[in-house]
Amino acid sequence: MAAAEIDVKYVAHLARLALSPEEEKTLSSQLGNILGYIEKLKEADVTNVEPTAHAFPMVNVTREDVARPSMPNEDALRNAPAKANGLFMVPKIVE
Amino acid sequence: MLNQLTISELTAKLAARDVSAREITQACLDQINRVDGQIHAFISHDAADALAQADAIDKEISAGANHHQKPLLGMPIAIKDVIAVKNHPLNCGSKLLGNFISPYDATVIQKLKAAGAIVFGRLNMDEFAMGSSTENSAFGLTRNPWDTSRIPGGSSGGSAAAVAAHECIATLGSDTGGSIRQPAALCGCVGLKPTYGRVSRYGLVAFASSLDQIGPFTKDVTDAATLLEVLSGVDPADSTSVPQPVPNYRAALNGQIKGLKLGIAKEFMVGGLDPEVKQAVDAAVKQLEKLGAEIVEVSLPHTDYAVATYYIIATAEASANLARFDGVRYCARVDGADPIEMYSKTRGAGFGPEVKRRIILGTYVLSSGYYDAYYLRAQKVRTLIRNDFLKAFEKVDAIVTPTTPTAAFKAGEKSGDPLQMYLSDIFTISCNLAGIPGISVPCGFTTSPKLPIGLQFLGKPFGEETILKLAHAYEQSTSWHKERAKLD
Repeated sequence: MAAAEIDVKYVAHLARLALSPEEEKTLSSQLGNILGYIEKLKEADVTNVEPTAHAFPMVNVTREDVARPSMPNEDALRNAPAKANGLFMVPKIVE
Repeated sequence: MLNQLTISELTAKLAARDVSAREITQACLDQINRVDGQIHAFISHDAADALAQADAIDKEISAGANHHQKPLLGMPIAIKDVIAVKNHPLNCGSKLLGNFISPYDATVIQKLKAAGAIVFGRLNMDEFAMGSSTENSAFGLTRNPWDTSRIPGGSSGGSAAAVAAHECIATLGSDTGGSIRQPAALCGCVGLKPTYGRVSRYGLVAFASSLDQIGPFTKDVTDAATLLEVLSGVDPADSTSVPQPVPNYRAALNGQIKGLKLGIAKEFMVGGLDPEVKQAVDAAVKQLEKLGAEIVEVSLPHTDYAVATYYIIATAEASANLARFDGVRYCARVDGADPIEMYSKTRGAGFGPEVKRRIILGTYVLSSGYYDAYYLRAQKVRTLIRNDFLKAFEKVDAIVTPTTPTAAFKAGEKSGDPLQMYLSDIFTISCNLAGIPGISVPCGFTTSPKLPIGLQFLGKPFGEETILKLAHAYEQSTSWHKERAKLD
């Protein structure tokens, strides 16, 4: 079944995902196939059907508002690719 | 061979002081040394740490600790590489995470430790739990212990293979669309996916948050009940865990299935089902009838939409969940001129092809102009699929199906065709969409080569006792679970 073509370059930008030109080409054809299969959902009659986001939605899950220890700074930074002064380091954001 | 025994058998031996936790652990480590070169269920394991835990348990036992207080006392249990164990590596089968070391224990790990288990090893998996064959791991293939040219299933392939190859007593895995039940079926062990909300996911790296559950792989149904009881319960650290009392699951295993109504879904018995699998499942249904279950035909009319619904919802949720892997707080960072370039390059270099495919698909179905046509529609079809089950469960206590359409396939056979790979999950996926529990137990073998076949029981929400009871009654009337893969 014919399906919409994915503009892989644009979607990869939205997903912040660098792809090589070969990857873009392969993904484009594979996703075309998968979307073709997914098209079958259009046959289902969903008139007046509510969407399900969770099988057992739990609402207003709260706990007592009591202070408790959080993860120690050194544990939180343990896996940081770059750190300084107890903080995560990232490339410059503002000039 | 202590490593070949079950939790219940080892419990008796430990209680009688016939063996020590150290001997049990050493037997597992010896088996890993002997066979894991062929199987590669483990990405890594720390033998010295496992033995140190075992020694501590032996001291506790001498001081009077027992299995009534701590039901897993002295049991070496290995963990899928997607669940955090404090001070142990965590890679999710990906090279993206680099040398990540978990800063805390997942709730299920805290529970295992409190129950006396020896928690060790990182088990191989499809990268970020995306796959059905464990071929998507950045750490190499895991082999099926019954035929090493074949895949063990996935995504928890290492968890299933480690139990089937008797490299440990039980393992934990996670199941988003069949990732516990499918590999359990293909490797010939027991795999249980609990009801959504039954087990806390705190410390489980999220794939699709509305579908993921943690569950056990074991050598028999009794051990699955023992582990489920330890793992279950509401957790303040997971707001989706459900405050439902935790029953004594082992007490349900009394063989009394007379009068239980067992549904057969006609939609599950067609199309692409291997004749040997069908024959084994038909024979199992006859056996269950002989044991007293009443067989009732039910209809799940929206089954044909399950795979498409799943691949929209799961990829959409994954594309959001995996946004955190950006190289800021963790990951093997690839530098860029600005943060956006850094995110993009880090992710491009670290994620493998299947994860990239799913992130792109998930981002696309959520993107402006497509949300209603794909994501919202899939959520509505999900309601229809869930309602099918709830309606069927008005007539029956559980539903029985094949776990997979075929036995284990060869490595490389489906890796070039993602859609064919997705369709191998056809019998396990609706269970996650509906949020209900499912268990796979061995129900026979193909003839040539000899490969395990799995039987799946699906239960009502929080109906684990019923499916465990049925699975146990079936298992005890057959000898499939006693067969062992030959490994030399």
